[in-house]
Amino acid sequence: MRFLAFLLALVLVSLLTVSSLVVGSNSIGIMQLLADPAAWDLLILSRIPRTVALLLCGMAMSVCGLIMQMLTQNRYVEPATAGAVQSAGLGILIITILWPAAPVLARMGFASFFSLLGTGLFLLILQRLSLRATLIVPLVGIMLGAVISAVTVFIAVRFDLLQSLAAWTSGDFSGVMKGRYELLWLVGALTLLTYFVADRFAVAGMGREFAVNLGLNYRRVMLLGMSIVAIVSGVVVVVIGALPFLGLIVPNIVSLILGDNVRRNIPWIALLGGGIVVACDLTGRLLVHPFEIPAGSILGVIGAVVFLFVILREQIYVRS
Amino acid sequence: MLFAPLARAGQFVATFTPLKRLVCFAAVLGLLAMLFMTVKLTGNMNYVLPRRGWMLATMLLVGIAAGVATVLFQTISNNRILTPAVMGFEALFVLIQTSVIFFMGADSSFYSSPLIRFVCESLIMTGFAVLLYRWLFAANTDLHRLLLVGLVFGILFTSLSNLMQRMLMPTEFDVLQGRLFARLTLPHPQLIMISALVVLVVCIIVWRMRYAFDVLALGRDAATGLGLNYRKTVTRILLLIAVLVSVSTALIGPLTFLGFMAAILAYQLAGSYQHRFVLPAAAILGVCFLAGGQLILEHVLSMAGALTVVIEFIGGSLFLLLLLKRGRL
Repeated sequence: MRFLAFLLALVLVSLLTVSSLVVGSNSIGIMQLLADPAAWDLLILSRIPRTVALLLCGMAMSVCGLIMQMLTQNRYVEPATAGAVQSAGLGILIITILWPAAPVLARMGFASFFSLLGTGLFLLILQRLSLRATLIVPLVGIMLGAVISAVTVFIAVRFDLLQSLAAWTSGDFSGVMKGRYELLWLVGALTLLTYFVADRFAVAGMGREFAVNLGLNYRRVMLLGMSIVAIVSGVVVVVIGALPFLGLIVPNIVSLILGDNVRRNIPWIALLGGGIVVACDLTGRLLVHPFEIPAGSILGVIGAVVFLFVILREQIYVRS
Repeated sequence: MLFAPLARAGQFVATFTPLKRLVCFAAVLGLLAMLFMTVKLTGNMNYVLPRRGWMLATMLLVGIAAGVATVLFQTISNNRILTPAVMGFEALFVLIQTSVIFFMGADSSFYSSPLIRFVCESLIMTGFAVLLYRWLFAANTDLHRLLLVGLVFGILFTSLSNLMQRMLMPTEFDVLQGRLFARLTLPHPQLIMISALVVLVVCIIVWRMRYAFDVLALGRDAATGLGLNYRKTVTRILLLIAVLVSVSTALIGPLTFLGFMAAILAYQLAGSYQHRFVLPAAAILGVCFLAGGQLILEHVLSMAGALTVVIEFIGGSLFLLLLLKRGRL
């Protein structure tokens, strides 16, 4: 039954993927593909890379959200509500100022490094918090993100880079072309890795004492999780920009329906995450056709609404 | 570094009574205001003096509004770190500006009259706050949830504005940019006078309630035990905060951490936790931050337009430090 449902979801996402391949300012039909070599070029140079990027980013950011939720034992945490994404933005800004001609790999490394620092700072603050009520954790994370953003904006204003900053940090897939997205395969590989070590994250999510008692090297698992999140955030921010709330809403929706078995949920989370990002990007392409709206902007609106729903739903649930 | 002289001044007045301290703060403010009006006074006096005067008036209003609103917010939330700015106000301000251009175009008559625009913006913002709080308080929400919802609403408004800004024509976007940034240097007398009236009325109401705040600061149970209608008082205070924040945001745009700094320092320096001392202290210190910051930026660092960004930067860092030091929210 569950397998059938997964198959159905897979078919749905595949349909979305195919539409993402054909929809654009120039639509591509099968007839054109047979007749027109230019259509093939368009497909291979632009549409396929873009769609692959959409799927990979969606999957990776959603799974990252799950990892963060396990590591902090809190359902409301994701890379953007923990300062990781904002720190990656700061990293890109700083390397752009220090080394304007930096190759993509260096930019990515720098962004990931900053993202790691940001996540570390967040976890440090959490450790210092004497009262770790469920809702305080995302509050602190969002505040931390806001402060890091303020610092970033300040530096950007000082160096006249405000406009570039806005362009980097919005989750925009329109620039994805062959040769510019291949780093995202690394992110895909990390997502796959997460699937194989999922049980460790699940155990770590039961709390430090419990995990250590079960024989888990807690520190190492934390470090692994933080590194995965940092690298994924860094790469995604460098290549695409921020995809707000994705890591928060997708794991929450999946565990609402399927329960909390981490390993079993990961394929669902990846599938749903990829599907949502493809759908957002498609909407962005169709809404002001033939122009585009970045997928990140649409995701921000949808994500915030779903997040609000999740917070308030729990309250209604508690009261009734 | 920045707070070293202030801390020394604090030690010096440590022996003073709260009232004397207030007089000191007012003296500092007077000095700053005089400096602000007179330093490097060149050019056409008929132009420069009124211009600086209006700027000073704007700072006065914004500083008072931010300081008072933050202290009140911290009193009802029983918390010295949070500020009303996190509740999504500034994002709403940007959203309203954006939607006006989005739905009515850049050259609509509604938009060209600053007075109507100001009144509408303030009304919408206050209305939003009242609706949100009513809704959340009716459900007997705990404060953490309320704050988180406020934050997420802020993010939602930001995303919505981004979405609309993406669909604007470039010319319309230019008009919007001009509206949203650094309006301290371009004050509008009519707006300032209206805001002054509003702030004055709010301040009178606040002053008449000053003892209720002291009771409220004891916490919900104690306040109820002492005969205060807790929910009614809190709702009324939230309304006042909403008005103050919307006036200040409508005057010079988003400023998240000004009130935070003013309130923190006011509690440190006022020498009393009674609201009749803390509230004026926070108001005066808020104005001092603005005037002093503008003086330093304009004449020492020659970065006249960057005041708001610098305040965000310093205030934000202070916020993080405090969070790390205190270990709780």
